[in-house]
Amino acid sequence: MIDTHLDRLAQAARRQLRRPRVDLPLLLALVLVGTIGLVTLYSAGDKDASIVINQGMRFLMGGVALIAMSRIPPSTLRNWTPWFYAIGVVLLVLVELFGEGRGSNRWLDLKFVRFQPSELLKLATPMMVAWYLHARTLPPDWRDLFTVAVIIGIPAGLIAEQPDLGTSLLVAASGAFALFLSGLSWWRIGGLLGLAAGAAPVAWHFLHEYQRNRVRMFMDPESDPLGNGWHIIQSEIAVGAGGVFGKGWHQGSQSRLEFLPEHTTDFVFSVFSEEFGLIGVVLLISLYVFIIGRSLWIAANAKDTYSRLLAGAIGMSFFVYVMVNGGMITGLLPVVGVPLPLVSYGGTSAVSLLTGFGVLMSIHAHRKALR
Amino acid sequence: MSPRRTKLKDSGSEVALFQRRAVAGFLIIVVCLGVLAARFVNLQVLRHAEFATRADANRIKLRPIPPARGLIFDRNGILLADNTAAFRLEVVPERVRNMDALLDELRNVVPLTDDDIKRFQESRKGRRGFNSLPLRFRLSDDEVAKFAVNRWRFPGVEVVPYLTRTYPRGAEFGHVVGYVARIDEADLQKLDASRYAGTTHVGKTGIERFYENLLHGEPGYERVETNADGRALRVLDSTPPRPGKNLYLSIDVRLQEATEAIFEGKAGAAVAIDPRNGEVLAMVSVPSFDPNLFVNGISHTDYRGLLSSPLRPLLHRALVGTYKPGSTVKPFMGIAGLEMGVRQPGDTVVSTGEFHIPGQSRGYRDWRRGGHGRVGLVESLAQSVNTYFYSLALDMGIDRMTSYLGRFGFGKPTGIDLNGEGNGILPSKDWKRAMFDKPWFPGETVIAGIGQGYWVVTPVQLANATAILAAKGEHHPIHLLRATQLGFNAPVEPMPLARVDSSFIVKMTNWDLVRDGMVAVVAGPTGTAARVFADAPYTAAGKTGTAQRFSRTGDEVDKRGLTDAQRHQALFVAFAPAEQPQIALALVMEFGASGSADAAPLGRKILDAWLAPPPGTLAPTPTAAPPAMGPSR
Repeated sequence: MIDTHLDRLAQAARRQLRRPRVDLPLLLALVLVGTIGLVTLYSAGDKDASIVINQGMRFLMGGVALIAMSRIPPSTLRNWTPWFYAIGVVLLVLVELFGEGRGSNRWLDLKFVRFQPSELLKLATPMMVAWYLHARTLPPDWRDLFTVAVIIGIPAGLIAEQPDLGTSLLVAASGAFALFLSGLSWWRIGGLLGLAAGAAPVAWHFLHEYQRNRVRMFMDPESDPLGNGWHIIQSEIAVGAGGVFGKGWHQGSQSRLEFLPEHTTDFVFSVFSEEFGLIGVVLLISLYVFIIGRSLWIAANAKDTYSRLLAGAIGMSFFVYVMVNGGMITGLLPVVGVPLPLVSYGGTSAVSLLTGFGVLMSIHAHRKALR
Repeated sequence: MSPRRTKLKDSGSEVALFQRRAVAGFLIIVVCLGVLAARFVNLQVLRHAEFATRADANRIKLRPIPPARGLIFDRNGILLADNTAAFRLEVVPERVRNMDALLDELRNVVPLTDDDIKRFQESRKGRRGFNSLPLRFRLSDDEVAKFAVNRWRFPGVEVVPYLTRTYPRGAEFGHVVGYVARIDEADLQKLDASRYAGTTHVGKTGIERFYENLLHGEPGYERVETNADGRALRVLDSTPPRPGKNLYLSIDVRLQEATEAIFEGKAGAAVAIDPRNGEVLAMVSVPSFDPNLFVNGISHTDYRGLLSSPLRPLLHRALVGTYKPGSTVKPFMGIAGLEMGVRQPGDTVVSTGEFHIPGQSRGYRDWRRGGHGRVGLVESLAQSVNTYFYSLALDMGIDRMTSYLGRFGFGKPTGIDLNGEGNGILPSKDWKRAMFDKPWFPGETVIAGIGQGYWVVTPVQLANATAILAAKGEHHPIHLLRATQLGFNAPVEPMPLARVDSSFIVKMTNWDLVRDGMVAVVAGPTGTAARVFADAPYTAAGKTGTAQRFSRTGDEVDKRGLTDAQRHQALFVAFAPAEQPQIALALVMEFGASGSADAAPLGRKILDAWLAPPPGTLAPTPTAAPPAMGPSR
């Protein structure tokens, strides 16, 4: 009796090892980035253990979400997708009506938990696009293009209205990537980009004054040495002073002496660059590239269109985080509040990111039979 | 799938398409991140020397300098809200090794309440240990001296000078001027963080809250050179803060004092307005509280005391107190009847002591048993004859009554420059339907005609209505802020007065008649307050009112044990001089026996204080221009 039980367990374990439900290389890379994040936070937060503990708790929650999501087959996820998306949009509208938050309405207080519905849409939007395109013949035509634009535009517009430009950008990008991966012709992509360029002056009209100031400041940081421009200059000094080898852990004067703003959240990358130098930066960016590449590889082996598009979109939107945040702290791009994934402190971003990777894991577990 | 589509899904080609796209996407990503990496190489390798030098030389920090809050004066430059130099205890958490031990030891030198410590610990959250955080405000001279002797024992703790808000006149302006208090979590959500950098207090009630924007000013910044540890060594240069504006209220402290005095501590409210321009001359709510208690955090015992006091001192009665107007609505009813042609100036009614709606048995009584006989409008106002107004209301109908009395501002906020004003209730069919979903009955029109029934007014509303009546139908929006001043050397700038619509009263002889009735109230032989203004050096026009504190139907309070005075509220409205009014007044006494006996003599004291002050005590300053000189301090 016992023997057969043990046998079964051993068999199950062997099966798991031979064909695990989670993709171990991807998981390993995520754990590595998370560890780098915690180490950096301990320094950036001035050796405040509570920051590390809180972030560790979020990783733990994210890990649980990742495992849980990896157990849900993509076909089930696909069936849930329209509901998931609809609930997300309804919550966004509720936030618009009853939300709270400093300066902008992002948080919804459900008594037992406070959260940002916009985080939900980071996943729900590419899911919905993939769900829609799953049923269409690809590559998509103009009609599909229009429908997808509506699917993306509703949540992205509501979030931009909050105002949260960074998250709006991420939501829009994740949906757009699904469209890109579905094989939208290059001509149409070119047309869309041209349209976007043409719409920029219109968008400028709708931007909040502080957002416009950020763009103006980006064009000429010295023009605003007391506000945002000051932050960028200080961030560039931090990065540059790091040199090739960095100043060493907890040796960054820019962060320690509080010249850097938000050094545990949006500008944590500056702290990292100052303390670990170019070597650290290249290592971290390589890890990110590996995660993105691995995600696309998982996508390429996925079973159906829905899984493929979703997995690819999740992987590619990860890139947007890195690019926008890295571009901001080096003065390459304007200031947009996007965290460095799995490193920046706080928010629900770590949890929602890991939930997304849980979906990837599930898609991986249900991949096509190996040929 | 749409019929239009002829192509079938070809999963093989879709996979191939996807894979091409995935590779293309990955390449684009690698190129983009390559650009990012190149930027890092540019900053960290090519320009490393430049930035390393700048980081080493980076010793300059920006420090906010909070602006001085604007002061608040009365119309004559008497100080109502001041900034005084004080000392507070600040702690730099980073420099303290064991915070609990330090706080324990510090308590032996400088008294700290548990509240102080709790607030301090809360303020530490989310801030870096570098910032200096306030631990206790307003140290006494003794405490400063005692700490100075022991200072060596407490590294990281410092006594810092700052400006604190004080209210030299204490409870007298607790409600109108209000108070500032420490910025709390809720304030942080609303305030512009950069504008409030370095600021610890914000206006919470009264003028302090309503004009927070004017009072606050703009912070300045100083560039500070720090040592290698980031400690400030010297100030390089600074952009000075722009102080908040000084405010001159339309209130006259002397009239405010005289008004407050008449209450002798009994609960009530009074509002006096200059009907010619809408300036509020006095606004009193008794009992009041000392706003100074709130500035640096009120103690729990003090706060519980204020909350549990049966007279509710925190309630701003003049602004939100709700009262039945009673007979004080009769002058407004009178002019409404004449103007709308429901009554002619010569019309009379016979008061038998009881009025009946034709066909109904219920009687509506006059206050004098047996009635007042045949009376016209003037006598009806003088003697407060209910029957005249019962029948007038019935003939006018509730719709016309509502619409005409609405012009006097009943049933809606007056728009005075204070937050949270009450609405009051001007009875109407719509209101009743919205409230109770029930139709309107004629009997309700009848009692509405004498200010009973659903009626509710706030004292400021009643004063506003009286001011509109005194201004012969011109509505000058009422306000407390009269002038502002940017710094002591700057000129005092009067606030622009709102454009005023022309009077809605068509026939001024109608107004004259109502005024005659109101003069007869306080001066005529038969008036309900006949003897009160007999020897006044000016002609006053007024109207008394009495309202039951408890509704006839409400059984929540046992009325039997109460005296007459406890059961009734006394009201009085007046303006004077009757020909060219300079002041309009509404006065409410909770726990008064009747308007005539209790409120009218007190009303006279207020009008006397403004129009006929005893020699040497008060020279009225009903001038148009605010004082040109700076304050006397």
